Amino acid sequence: MSDIAFQHQVLVVGGGLAGLRAAIEVRDRGLDVAVVSHVHPVRSHSGAAQGGINASLGNAGAGRDDSWEKHAYDTVRGSDYLADQDAVETAVRDAPLRVYESEHWGVPYSRTDAGLIAQRPFGGAGFPRTCYAADKTGHMLLQTMYEQTVKRQIKVYWDWVMLQLVAEDGACRGIVAMHLPTGELASFAAQATIFATGGAGRTYLRTTNSLVSTGYGMVAAYRAGVPLKDMEFIQFHPTTIIGNNILMSEAARGEGAYLLNKDGDRFMQRYAPSVMELAPRDIVSRAIQTEIDEGRGFEGGYVHLDIRHLGRERILEALPGIRDIAITFVGIDPIDQPVPIQPAQHYTMGGIDADVNGATPLKGFFAAGECACVSLHGANRLGGNSLMETIVIGPRAGRKAAEEVQGDSPAATAESALASAQAEEQAHINGLLAQEGPDHFSRIREAMATTMTENVGIFRNREMLQEAVDRLRQLRRQFSSGQLKHRGRRYNLELLRCLETEAMLELNEVIAIGALEREESRGSHARRDFPQRDDQKWLAHTIAERSEGGPRFSYRPVTITRWPPEVRKY
Amino acid sequence: METKTLKIFRFDPDEDGEPRLASYEVPLLREGFTVQEALFYILDNLDGSLSFRYSCRAEVCGSCAAIVNGSYRLVCGTRLNEFPGREIVVGPLPRLRVIKDLVVDMGPFFSKYEAVMPYLVNRSEPASDDQPAKERKQSRQQRRKIDEMIDCILCGACYSSCPSVWLGDEFLGPAALLKSYRFAADSRDEGGRQRLRAVDGQKGIWRCHTIFNCAEACPKKIVPTYSIQKLKGLTVLSRLGLR
Repeated sequence: MSDIAFQHQVLVVGGGLAGLRAAIEVRDRGLDVAVVSHVHPVRSHSGAAQGGINASLGNAGAGRDDSWEKHAYDTVRGSDYLADQDAVETAVRDAPLRVYESEHWGVPYSRTDAGLIAQRPFGGAGFPRTCYAADKTGHMLLQTMYEQTVKRQIKVYWDWVMLQLVAEDGACRGIVAMHLPTGELASFAAQATIFATGGAGRTYLRTTNSLVSTGYGMVAAYRAGVPLKDMEFIQFHPTTIIGNNILMSEAARGEGAYLLNKDGDRFMQRYAPSVMELAPRDIVSRAIQTEIDEGRGFEGGYVHLDIRHLGRERILEALPGIRDIAITFVGIDPIDQPVPIQPAQHYTMGGIDADVNGATPLKGFFAAGECACVSLHGANRLGGNSLMETIVIGPRAGRKAAEEVQGDSPAATAESALASAQAEEQAHINGLLAQEGPDHFSRIREAMATTMTENVGIFRNREMLQEAVDRLRQLRRQFSSGQLKHRGRRYNLELLRCLETEAMLELNEVIAIGALEREESRGSHARRDFPQRDDQKWLAHTIAERSEGGPRFSYRPVTITRWPPEVRKY
Repeated sequence: METKTLKIFRFDPDEDGEPRLASYEVPLLREGFTVQEALFYILDNLDGSLSFRYSCRAEVCGSCAAIVNGSYRLVCGTRLNEFPGREIVVGPLPRLRVIKDLVVDMGPFFSKYEAVMPYLVNRSEPASDDQPAKERKQSRQQRRKIDEMIDCILCGACYSSCPSVWLGDEFLGPAALLKSYRFAADSRDEGGRQRLRAVDGQKGIWRCHTIFNCAEACPKKIVPTYSIQKLKGLTVLSRLGLR
């Protein structure tokens, strides 16, 4: 099949919050836009976000004097000064109007006594700035955003897995994707393509991320020659339930939860005495991991998250979702008992090199949401800022993409570029289906994810990282001796997971080598052998570009506008 | 290590004339091992041809509704040790077209969802460049009225369980009607009669005969029947000109 199967002026890949919000923006500017997504939009990982979305509305209590400047400062300080301050300023200034807009579209926010959008405190702010709908904020936002997509009759292709971003002569031409129910490949031509493909949590064994958060979009961009930025900065969320690491929202601590070690000690007083449990996530995760490493955790490597003192009524009103999760998955009702929690991978601060309008170095290609690195979060994201990013940068990317579209037709050469890309992907899949060898792709995937959790985790050093790099390279070699057991075309999950594994192996090399190269500690990147932040040498973004021999690294200065780096202490 | 026997519905329309049940021995790899984890264990270790849908693995995305030992369940939140017996039977949502194994065609379900104006009608909505300066007020009591409906994750369990859906493919079904009432009951909605007209008539609310299968099937413990009866009441009042 050499014809272009589908053609739109603008294509959005990924149906989560950033993708849907981008598509809405394009549509409202009168252009033809479609969304391509692996899962149905309401199944996207945005829906798993719990605690809330940051905007300086000043609706509640001690947050009444909030301002965008305070939000920007907290974000920059939380980022350990790696965020680009001009981008942060732009984003947090947009945040209130995007939250109001979402309310007008129907998001059922929880309310204050005065009937305003309710806000709660989150880590790194110290007063209520995080707007919420109980502890199901992502679900409510995602449902609403999908409703608005339906209202605008935006075409959604779901059960379609993007395989390749197609670039030619320095411009993006569209994508090649696989239809899961048939296994058939097809080309989607577009004058502008926006990636909103989410994070890469599944590169780790222990993660809060959905099973579809594989980072494939980041790899597709990287393979098409777009740089990845700051990939070594991986957020570990302090409070994930033991067993399968489902998120226990920061909202718990925002509402007043305690973290207790096995001696019943509120250990955060030794790590962040002024803000205790509401220190930023990198600090709380290191504190918990230290307690566990030094023998003050419980057998099995966990500590307790205790919300009992909040009382039944408040728990049922503000935290019903995490209560249900604890009951379902570990058989514990947090009203009566503390919840066993441990840190796990949660968020990919790095991503596709993009600016505050989603623009990337590749013409006609944009990125928004977790797959992008703008950089708003620098070395450590504040809770509540990721949902903010989706509905602030999503529409900016949509607007910028719409402005670049001229006329109705794709470039004259797009058809042949897409056809050859599709043939290439088909040949690759045929090769994998035919490949014979002693190895199982699922074992390779497991070994890869284990390596990342064990060696590229909360605390790192040169030996651990070098071992990870070596191990990942060995697994990449092993990949060519893997064999699929099932060779059917229809909804072949084994094939899908094999393609994901191949992509993740490439991505993990960027993460691990980036972490090895960066000889300092900043935000989420904690090197035991280089425990200090080094602004002389490392106040810089990591830029990774693909080459035959592996990633090629360069560094780019951070944009500082009004907050020169200072010692980060809470 | 303790094991369970999973009997899983298998059907590939390209290959199989008839569906079959395939048996797999699965070890309970950890405390709280779920049916979804067992499916991945089978896929990775025993049978690479198994197909099923997944995403969040935390009961929030609605991808994985299925029948487990005769009950509607989200397989990601169902633990193998909930069942005392050795055998656990897993099948796809009944009455929906099987694409492969546990993967069913959700197309009609979402088409019906789209037919009920599943969005807030807000006549004061600002034009796209004209940004709202503030939120609209809503009291806690007003907000509480939609608490139940907004928990819906569109998993399709209710739709699959509804005898009125089985009788033909026109009935909008519980989830879509629940969504309609979610807006009708929202103090901010201005959908009014137009919203009710979308669910009135042959395909709509009157085809619900309060069988309550939907309420029993719902993994989120929602009672769509309640919302549908409320819509009937509003529609009657509207027809009588009392609303």
